[in-house]
Amino acid sequence: MTDNEIIKPENLVYSKPKLLNDNPMHYCPGCSHGVVHKLVAEVIEEMGMEEKTVAVSPVGCAVFAYNYIDVDWVEAAHGRAPALASAIKRLWPDRLVLTYQGDGDLACIGTAETIHALNRGEHIAIIFINNAIYGMTGGQMAPTTLMGMKTATCPYGREADIHGYPLNITQIASTLEGTSYVTRQSVHSVPAIRKAKKAIRKAFENSMRGEGSSLVEIVSTCNAGWKMSPEKANKWMEENMFKSYPLGDLKDSTNLE
Amino acid sequence: MAKEEIVLMKGNEAIAHAAIRCGCDGYFGYPITPQSEVLETLAAEEPWKTTGMVVLQAESEVASINMVYGGGAAGKRVMTSSSSPGIALMQEGISYMAGAEIPGLIVNVQRGGPGLGTIQPSQSDYFQATRGGGNGDYNVIVLAPASVQEMADFVELSFELAFKYRNPAMILSDGVIGQMMEKVVLPPFKPRRTEEELEKECPWAAIGKKKHRAPNIITSLELEPHHMEEKNLHLQAKYQEIREKEVRYEEILCDDADYVIVAFGSASRIAQKAIELCREEGLKVGLLRPITLWPFPSKEIHELSKHVKGILSFEINAGQMVEDIRLAVEGNAPVAYYGRMGGIVPTPEEVVEALKKELITK
Ligand SMILES: Cc1ncc(C[n+]2csc(CCOP(=O)(O)OP(=O)(O)O)c2C)c(N)n1
Ligand code: SF4
Ligand SMILES: [Mg+2]
Repeated sequence: MTDNEIIKPENLVYSKPKLLNDNPMHYCPGCSHGVVHKLVAEVIEEMGMEEKTVAVSPVGCAVFAYNYIDVDWVEAAHGRAPALASAIKRLWPDRLVLTYQGDGDLACIGTAETIHALNRGEHIAIIFINNAIYGMTGGQMAPTTLMGMKTATCPYGREADIHGYPLNITQIASTLEGTSYVTRQSVHSVPAIRKAKKAIRKAFENSMRGEGSSLVEIVSTCNAGWKMSPEKANKWMEENMFKSYPLGDLKDSTNLE
Repeated sequence: MAKEEIVLMKGNEAIAHAAIRCGCDGYFGYPITPQSEVLETLAAEEPWKTTGMVVLQAESEVASINMVYGGGAAGKRVMTSSSSPGIALMQEGISYMAGAEIPGLIVNVQRGGPGLGTIQPSQSDYFQATRGGGNGDYNVIVLAPASVQEMADFVELSFELAFKYRNPAMILSDGVIGQMMEKVVLPPFKPRRTEEELEKECPWAAIGKKKHRAPNIITSLELEPHHMEEKNLHLQAKYQEIREKEVRYEEILCDDADYVIVAFGSASRIAQKAIELCREEGLKVGLLRPITLWPFPSKEIHELSKHVKGILSFEINAGQMVEDIRLAVEGNAPVAYYGRMGGIVPTPEEVVEALKKELITK
């Protein structure tokens, strides 16, 4: 086959989602945020929801998510995205309303907003990037930081006596009556990415069916904060993060594929 | 025209009824005395069954204001109400709304502070309301009702101003106005805007990106200093326009006055009685009542100060508005303050006495 034959449309097997624009991403090389952005864009596009999506971005590394995915966005205050999303969805019930939040945003400063939006059964989808650290502010301890893990504010490692224990908010979410789909995924390998995409699609579809709230945790790497190469960060995640945050569905009462 | 509906109700109830009637799309709030009747009335009226208005008891005032931010960002006419400690919690959200230029209505039925303070009425959130209240250089449009009728009327007016200028608006009331019962003419029913009307009024709203336009992005963030300064200059120009066009005030017997009392909200009701008492004694005293606290009627007070022997700022706090009056008067006339705190509502006689002591016999 010649090059010209290869680039014929009928030979196309993969393309970048149209909703993902060409702005250069500010994320560190190897960061999970970029991959998850692509999945979110792909799912919105595949569902044909481009014109009906309102997304809420967090305060955290993903604050600029609105620069990359061409849908309407509202940039929330730190931790408050689920409150904004609750209102938007109630006021615009036929819209796909999603939040995209980090672990500091969702599981620390915004714990109340997260738990209560989920417990009210708001028909929103929450994408939760758990990298066990505050990436944006330079790698400080998060509520999700593992025991013994070193960060800028626990430089000798997280200790229970001083810092308390890692918070498994996704597990808490799965016990709430308002949630109907709670899952934990990752994007460190091709099969994992495929599964994560299916989970995001299920969450979005669930929110459009109005059957309760959905939470998709993506166990993620922050190679800058962890001070590891992308490859090493992925390996460290598999060996350490998955023990505390095991992958899989924690709750699924959706009857969706 | 439909017959006027005159009813007897509390100020807080009037807020709720006016909201339903003026086409408000959503209310988000958290209980606190002395304003819980707003949410209670809405819950009892169930407007979601009639006008389609959303009513939600949020988990906190932090959540309430962020729901208002979200709803406003999506072009809807949304509001919250609370009292002083709750309004303190909302400041972050109000600042974000101002920064992102999102309209919305916040009602503060003030109680005394600081801290948990008292559930009794006060006007001690004047600074917080008129100086922005949260972080950054911004202003909120602040309306101060002095009657149950104005509680009702200012709901629609606030939404109009908020959407006209894409800025949060506040009704700064207090426990007296919120709790007292008066006759009120309720506004006629006005339907909520349709999607088409909303899109026309708010082409900036985040409601789903139509093919023909770029994404609508609601944000207060801008990391490039030149762009951020530009954004700030744009906000300041808007605030200047509001200062020039939206000052509202009422003057009573100011034309021949030797002395003028400046008072807003519930204090202005007491002051009105006080000037009557003065006139009975032959003292020429007038009342200037700022209706908008921001923008403040500075020009009007400045003009007045050229022709009077003294101005008394009467406020139910430690003396906050008096600073704006002094700035407006620019030394033209003596300016004094009288007020009480802790939930004490002064009598008209006290005000007359203060006027004499601080200005007339001094
Ligand atoms: C009220 C407030 N407090 C603190 C901050 C500073 N801050 C910005 S991002 C952030 C943490 C973000 O961490 P996370 O949510 O885990 O997102 P990540 O960057 O790791 O994706 C903090 C503390 C802020 N912007 N606002
Ligand atoms: S700091 Fe961490 S979370 Fe932020 S972009 Fe870099 S790798 Fe990603
Ligand atoms: Mg993080």
